[in-house]
Amino acid sequence: MPGGLAARALRIRESGIVVVLAVFVAVTASVQHRFLNAANIQFVLVDTTVFALLALGETMVVISRNVDLSIGSTLGLSAYLSASLFQGHSGAVVPLVFGAGLGIGLACGLANGVLVAGGRVPSLVVTLATLYIIRGIDILIVGGKEVTAASLPASFLQIPKATVGGVPDVAIAVAVVIGIGAYYLRTFRSGRDLYAIGSSPQAARLVGLPVGRRVFTAFAASGAIAGLAGVLWAAQYGTVNSSAGTGYELQVISAVVVGGVAIFGGSGGVVGAALGALLLATISTALYVLGISPFWDQAIWGFLLLVAITLDQAIGARLTAALRRRRTREPPEGPS
Amino acid sequence: MSPAVLLELRHAAKAFGAVRALADGEIELRAGEVHALVGENGAGKSTLVKILAGVHQPDAGALAINGREARLHGPAAARDAGIAVIYQEPALFGDLTVAENMFVGRQPLRGARGGRFRLPDRRIDRAAMHDQAAEIFGRLGVPLDPAVIARGLSIADQQVVEIGKALSLDARVIVMDEPTAALSAAEVDRLFDVVRALKAHGAAVLFISHRLEEVFALCDRVTVMRDGRHVLTGDVGDFTPADLVRAMVGRELAEREPRATGGGPGETVLRVERLTREGAFTDVSFTVAAGEIVALAGLVGAGRSEVARAIFGIDRYDAGAVTVGGAKLKRASPTSAMAAGIGFVPEDRRQQGLVMDMSVQQNVALASLGRLRKAGLIRAASERGMASDWAARLAIACGRLTDPVATLSGGNQQKVVLAKWLGRRPAVLIVDEPTRGIDVGTKAEVHRLLADLAREGVAVLMISSELPEVLGVSDRILVMREGRLVAELARERATEEAVMSAAMGTREVPA
Amino acid sequence: MSDRLREAARGLARWESGLAVVVIALLIGGPAISPDFLTGTNLFNLGLSNGEIAIMTLPMTLIIISGEIDLSVASMLGMASALLGRLWSEHVPMPAIFAVIAVVGLAAGAVNGLLVTRFRLPSLAVTIGTLALYRGIATILLGPTTVSGFPVGYTDLGVNGVPFTNDDMTWSTLVFLVGAIASGVVLHATGFGRSVFAMGASEEAAQFAGIRVKRIKTVLFMVSGLVCSLAGVLWTFRLDTAVQDNGLGLELDVVAIVLLGGVSIFGGKGSVAGVVLAALAFAGIQNLLLLTNFNQEATGVVTGALLLASVFAPLAVGQLRQLPWSRRPTTERIQS
Repeated sequence: MPGGLAARALRIRESGIVVVLAVFVAVTASVQHRFLNAANIQFVLVDTTVFALLALGETMVVISRNVDLSIGSTLGLSAYLSASLFQGHSGAVVPLVFGAGLGIGLACGLANGVLVAGGRVPSLVVTLATLYIIRGIDILIVGGKEVTAASLPASFLQIPKATVGGVPDVAIAVAVVIGIGAYYLRTFRSGRDLYAIGSSPQAARLVGLPVGRRVFTAFAASGAIAGLAGVLWAAQYGTVNSSAGTGYELQVISAVVVGGVAIFGGSGGVVGAALGALLLATISTALYVLGISPFWDQAIWGFLLLVAITLDQAIGARLTAALRRRRTREPPEGPS
Repeated sequence: MSPAVLLELRHAAKAFGAVRALADGEIELRAGEVHALVGENGAGKSTLVKILAGVHQPDAGALAINGREARLHGPAAARDAGIAVIYQEPALFGDLTVAENMFVGRQPLRGARGGRFRLPDRRIDRAAMHDQAAEIFGRLGVPLDPAVIARGLSIADQQVVEIGKALSLDARVIVMDEPTAALSAAEVDRLFDVVRALKAHGAAVLFISHRLEEVFALCDRVTVMRDGRHVLTGDVGDFTPADLVRAMVGRELAEREPRATGGGPGETVLRVERLTREGAFTDVSFTVAAGEIVALAGLVGAGRSEVARAIFGIDRYDAGAVTVGGAKLKRASPTSAMAAGIGFVPEDRRQQGLVMDMSVQQNVALASLGRLRKAGLIRAASERGMASDWAARLAIACGRLTDPVATLSGGNQQKVVLAKWLGRRPAVLIVDEPTRGIDVGTKAEVHRLLADLAREGVAVLMISSELPEVLGVSDRILVMREGRLVAELARERATEEAVMSAAMGTREVPA
Repeated sequence: MSDRLREAARGLARWESGLAVVVIALLIGGPAISPDFLTGTNLFNLGLSNGEIAIMTLPMTLIIISGEIDLSVASMLGMASALLGRLWSEHVPMPAIFAVIAVVGLAAGAVNGLLVTRFRLPSLAVTIGTLALYRGIATILLGPTTVSGFPVGYTDLGVNGVPFTNDDMTWSTLVFLVGAIASGVVLHATGFGRSVFAMGASEEAAQFAGIRVKRIKTVLFMVSGLVCSLAGVLWTFRLDTAVQDNGLGLELDVVAIVLLGGVSIFGGKGSVAGVVLAALAFAGIQNLLLLTNFNQEATGVVTGALLLASVFAPLAVGQLRQLPWSRRPTTERIQS
């Protein structure tokens, strides 16, 4: 049954990343046992959190057949502003700072959403513009200054280091957020609408889905999540200047695409995208552990991305070809 | 007990610019009947369907639903009125499941089930959704899995999903626009069972088909349309297939234009041998000689355009060969076809024939860029000269040659496409539906032009769904059905009935 | 979504004139803001710091008009730079190095082109992949090392101008101007250029007119590879430095300038003149901000705002056209 075939292909797509991940881990571990020690695993997990979060927001946007290039800038702005709250306000509490980061990101996301959904202008152009504008604002605010670890409270810097049963708290928290995101996209009407919109924007309009509102919400969510990721980034690195998060947008998009989200919308999921981000972090750590120059990192990553989209395309083409052939195998009946 | 009339449309008319698609459409649908709507291509069936779907607003006419006058302002209004249209190739959301496609935007929610806490809940009750979908499929007698992803479903299954969606919306009137055109025999049988199930539940089904055997096997009543007008309605049992064919084509043949062929056809120019493309057409062989107009007739979906696309190299073919003037063409290479002297006026003027954003002049020049060149540059004067020359010869009505081609009327746009190819002085000209959607005056001009070209020695292959055009313009008629060439008729022997019967595969060819 | 934009784009015919006004305003107002603006030294510096970016906008213009995008341009620049550094440090003679760089550039472009045309992959995803891949190769080639000390005859182009221009014009500016004229002629006056417009406006119609869409797109990507390699060589000599991150992130600047120049992101529309004016405006504004001690890195705010203006201005013009008193009587002509 062709329907079953399609479903199987999709399931293969999701598990494909897991397989690649497993192979990578197995090969690395067999060469260098150190790779699987607790410290190292914790390092990889913490390293993944920021990208996995960003991938969650980006996935929502990409599923709706849009793209958000401004997340790196949003992260940078939020990282600096929220971290600088600690300076001069010794009373600033950690949750408040996270709230501030979320709010800053949300504001950026709302701007994107208004421009894309309200102006009905291609998101690639709009978010390319806001990438510059938000980064520019960041630079204007920061100037040559930077927030240093010394000025941050220990309770804040401790966040990425805390563990429960050997698993970093942040990794658990982010996993929970990803889980909520996945659950939302799977079970809420508005979540499913995003898939419908990405599948066919015209058809979605025709059946009366609120296309503009859903796209707007996706951008707002992506911005808010990037803002949150910014605070996490600050806690992780301690030192924040005006270049935090530069260039992250393309890395996150490639993690999302490797994770099986179609670049032109409609299919894929948050879990796959997060696995893509995990793969990204794993590869760079594995190279480090294996003593291979970290300079191989990007080349491998680019190659993997190309392989992933080529395979996706090949599987899709196979499916259509199979369907076409299936139609001719049964000869038309009737007198001739 | 006379069954209730669910829907009644009287004296419906609809024109698009100068083209009258529907002059006097009429249909009456009763509860629990399967009602066939037949007519040749261009008889106005699709326009009538689109009026019922709320896509087009009629210029005139009265619509009554359940005895009350109604107006359908849009697709949503038609849906609310209980009308559902199942298209030949449904547009499902490929990435959603079958059940989601049925319920998109109105999935059953958990909160609605009424648990202990009645919190406002936007979560989809997947189990309930699948249950409801499965229940509907059960009613239709098709064991489709509601949880499966829609992409990759066969067209037959996709139609069932659409029908299921119609039922979930409590549609009482279900319009099926040529649902069997892309189905295999087994799938057609299953669809018939579904339609009978719908009928048993009291729905009215409007069933549009080109296959008369299906009409006789499935339908209770039949309405025949011709040239945008209602011809007859009656019980299927009262007619023979021959009666229906006659009613569909029963036209005065006075408009057949006599054509002076200049001493019969010359040498064979285009030779197509055993051409096959899986899923599109099989084992097609024919020739076209210089100075000859050969018509490729058949129903929409018979594979005629696909053959033309393969000859010109747009699509790859799996077996066979195309030769022009004795030289074999490269597969899937329009450049090779053009170099051999083939010109191709495609079926879809707006998507394939023209670059709508470009000017008249640029469109005319587009296929001749290599010839307008001097030292690598396009000579503006030559380009303008070529365009104004052809605009004058074909009497293209346009403001300026630099205006976007989109501002022209359909007929003039078609002349631009013709000019584009005639500018290359083709040895073979393939025209696919050359007069579709253009006004009567321009139509006659195009016919005259084709005749002139043949007189000048061009080999013309014309695909047309309009029988008068096929009979009036061509020297020889080839008929395709379901991807195969089924008949060849000389101009002298051809009648509308003969062509139609061959195209539809009715056994008896009426005298 | 694109319909409204297409409609609006018709009013964009005079977008170039708007840009020309901006450039003239800069020329007139610039000296008033900073007396240094029109001095020879300053123009030389302006040319130096923007030359390579401007050069890369030219192939990008053709690629976007053809309906695709190439995000790997800056990585190809980096790869050429790394190649130059690596081969020079291994004492390969300069002419041989140039030949290798040209071949590698063409090959890099060919990979992009073949993946897009033969495998029918979206160029957005493909070139994000090769962005990582080519930058990765650059990093592998050079690692953390910095190569400098290239022959003075070559590095002179970062110090001296073109003869007979009073040393006011840089070599990269000359390359840009010559390239602009060449691309302008190719795009606007040859069959090749006409074909590029046709496939960008309607790929299907172009195919039905016998235009070799795949071949032309592949050629465009290859030219992009070659030109970006040239830009990489210029960049390296100008700074007398080959490092793996030369030109990092420039792809977005290049795309922004092209879009600012009035090229439609959907393809089929645009002009080289517009892009040249946009490049001038971009360089001029950036330079003026520098002269006025505005934080130079924050000029992105201006770039972003201009980019937004470039998509919303035609929309606004389109809206104005919709007003009853400015509606043009087009209906008469539609009926014959």
